[in-house]
Amino acid sequence: MGAYELTLVAVVSINVMLALGLNLITGFCGQVSLGHAAFFGTGAYAAALMAAAGWPLPVVLVAGGVTAAVLGLLVGFTSLRVREDFLAITTMGVGFVFVGFVRKQGWLGAEMGLTNIPDHGLGDIGFILMCLGLVAAMAAISAHIKRSWLGFGFAAVADDEATARTLGINVPLYKLAAFVIGTFLAGVAGAVYVYFTRFIIPGAFGFTVSISILSMVIVGGVGSLWGVIVAAVLLTLLPEFSRVINDYKLLLYGALIVLTMRFAPDGLAGIVTSLSRRLRRSET
Amino acid sequence: MTTPLLQVDAVTVHFGGITALERVGFSLVAGELLGLIGPNGAGKTTLLRAIIGVVAPDEGRVHLAGRDITTLSTDARARLGLALTHQIVRPFRSMSVIDNVVLAAGHAKTGSLLKAVAAVGRVAEERRAGELLALVGIADFAQANPAALPLGALKRLEVARALAIDPKVLLLDEPLAGLNSVEAERLAETLVRLNAGGITMILIEHNLAKVAEVCARLVVLDNGRKIADGATRETLADPAVVAAYIGKEAADART
Repeated sequence: MGAYELTLVAVVSINVMLALGLNLITGFCGQVSLGHAAFFGTGAYAAALMAAAGWPLPVVLVAGGVTAAVLGLLVGFTSLRVREDFLAITTMGVGFVFVGFVRKQGWLGAEMGLTNIPDHGLGDIGFILMCLGLVAAMAAISAHIKRSWLGFGFAAVADDEATARTLGINVPLYKLAAFVIGTFLAGVAGAVYVYFTRFIIPGAFGFTVSISILSMVIVGGVGSLWGVIVAAVLLTLLPEFSRVINDYKLLLYGALIVLTMRFAPDGLAGIVTSLSRRLRRSET
Repeated sequence: MTTPLLQVDAVTVHFGGITALERVGFSLVAGELLGLIGPNGAGKTTLLRAIIGVVAPDEGRVHLAGRDITTLSTDARARLGLALTHQIVRPFRSMSVIDNVVLAAGHAKTGSLLKAVAAVGRVAEERRAGELLALVGIADFAQANPAALPLGALKRLEVARALAIDPKVLLLDEPLAGLNSVEAERLAETLVRLNAGGITMILIEHNLAKVAEVCARLVVLDNGRKIADGATRETLADPAVVAAYIGKEAADART
C-alpha cells in the first residue's frame, strides 16, 4: 500500500467511527443531532493538548473520548428538556458555539489551530492497524448494544417515549446513555484524527462535517449497523475517486439526504431488505 | 383495617382553565376489580393518567402500598407495579407484536441501565410474551407488525403488554371498546380470571351491563367530581348516578 492508500484508510476509518457514534444517538435512540462535529472537535482538541504535553497514545485516545463524552452529557441534558425537532436546532447551535468558541481561544491556537502534535510512533502500518482495530471495536460495541436490552430500550425510546415510560423504562437515563456513548466514540475519532493530520484548525469541525456524518447515517439506514458502515465508506471514497464529485461533495451529501428521506427512509439497509424479500418471494 | 393497595387523596387536575378532576379520592384494597364509570368527559382517563403519573396532579396525593408516589416519575411507578393500557392504542410500531410484549416482560432488565447493557438473552421473556399473547387471544399475530393488525387485536396487545410488567395494579382504560362481542366477552373473562389470580384492577368501561357483570364495586365520576362510590348494584341505582347518565329531568320523570 502506498501513502495515498494509507491516507484513505485512515480517513475512512475516522468517518466510520463518527458515523457509528452518531448512529447510536440518532439511529438507535432516535435523538436527532446536527452537531456531531462539535464532539469530534472536542475530542480532537483535548487529544492535541494531551499529546503535545507528552501523554502516551492510549491515554490520549481515552482522554479525547472522555472529554467529548462530558460535553455529550451536558448536551444530553438539553435533550431531556426540549422536544425532538428543537433538539435538532439545539445541537446545531452547539456545533456553531463550539467553532465560535475555539476560534477565539489563544490557548487552542485560535484561527491558526494547533500544530505541535507529536508523531504517534506506530509507523504507517501500525497506525492503520490501530484505526482498523478501533473501527472493529466500535462496530462490536454497537452490535452488542443493538442486541442487548439497552438497545431494545433505545428502540422503545425512539419509537414512543411516553409509552416506554409506562413500561418502566427510565427514558432520560437512556437518552443520556446514548449521548455519552455516542459522543465518546466521536471523541476517540477526534484523537485519531489529531495523530493522523498532526494539525487541527476550528474549520475542520464545522457544520458541514456534522451534516456529512448525518448523511452517512441516513443513507446507510438510520439504526442499521452495516448499512451505516457501508454508507460511511462509500460517501468518503466517492469524492476521493472523482474530482467532479469532490467539487460537489456537499451537494451530493445534501441531495442524498433529501432523496433518501423521500424515497427510501430506511436507507441502504431498507433497500437491501426489501430487495431480498422480493427475491425470496419470486423464488417461491 | 388493612392498608389499601392504592390510595388516591383529593386529586385535582387543571388543564388550562378547565378543571378535569376536582378533589377526587378513593382507595383500593388488594384483589379488587373496581369499575370506573361516568359520562364522556367525566375525567376517568385523566384519573388513571394521574395515578400512573402521565398527568401531574395540581393537588392531592397518590399512595401505592403505603408509599407516597405522587412525585415519582411514570417509569418509577411502573417499576413499583402500576401498569396502564391506553384507550387509544399505542403499540411500538417499529417492533413486531411479540417484541412489544417481550420488551415489557424484560422490565427487570430494562429497569437498570447496567443490567440492560450486560443482558442479551431474551428466551425467558419471549416465552412469557408468547403465553400472554395466547392468554389474550392474539398468538397468531405474534410476528406481525402492529400496523397490520385490526383494532380489536391492538386493544388486546395493550392488555398483554401491560400484564407483562407483572403489575400489582392494572389500570385498564376501555380495553373492551373496539372489540366485537365475542372478543369482548373472552377478554372480560380473562380479566376476571387474572383478577381472581391476584392482580388488582381498575376498569374503565362504557357498557354498564358488562361493568355490572364483572365489577363488585364502582366509582362514578361526573364533570371531574366523584359522585358515587360503592357496591355495584346500589351505585347503579343511585339517583345521582342515574341523573348523570340520562340527565336530571329524565331521572326526575322516572320517579
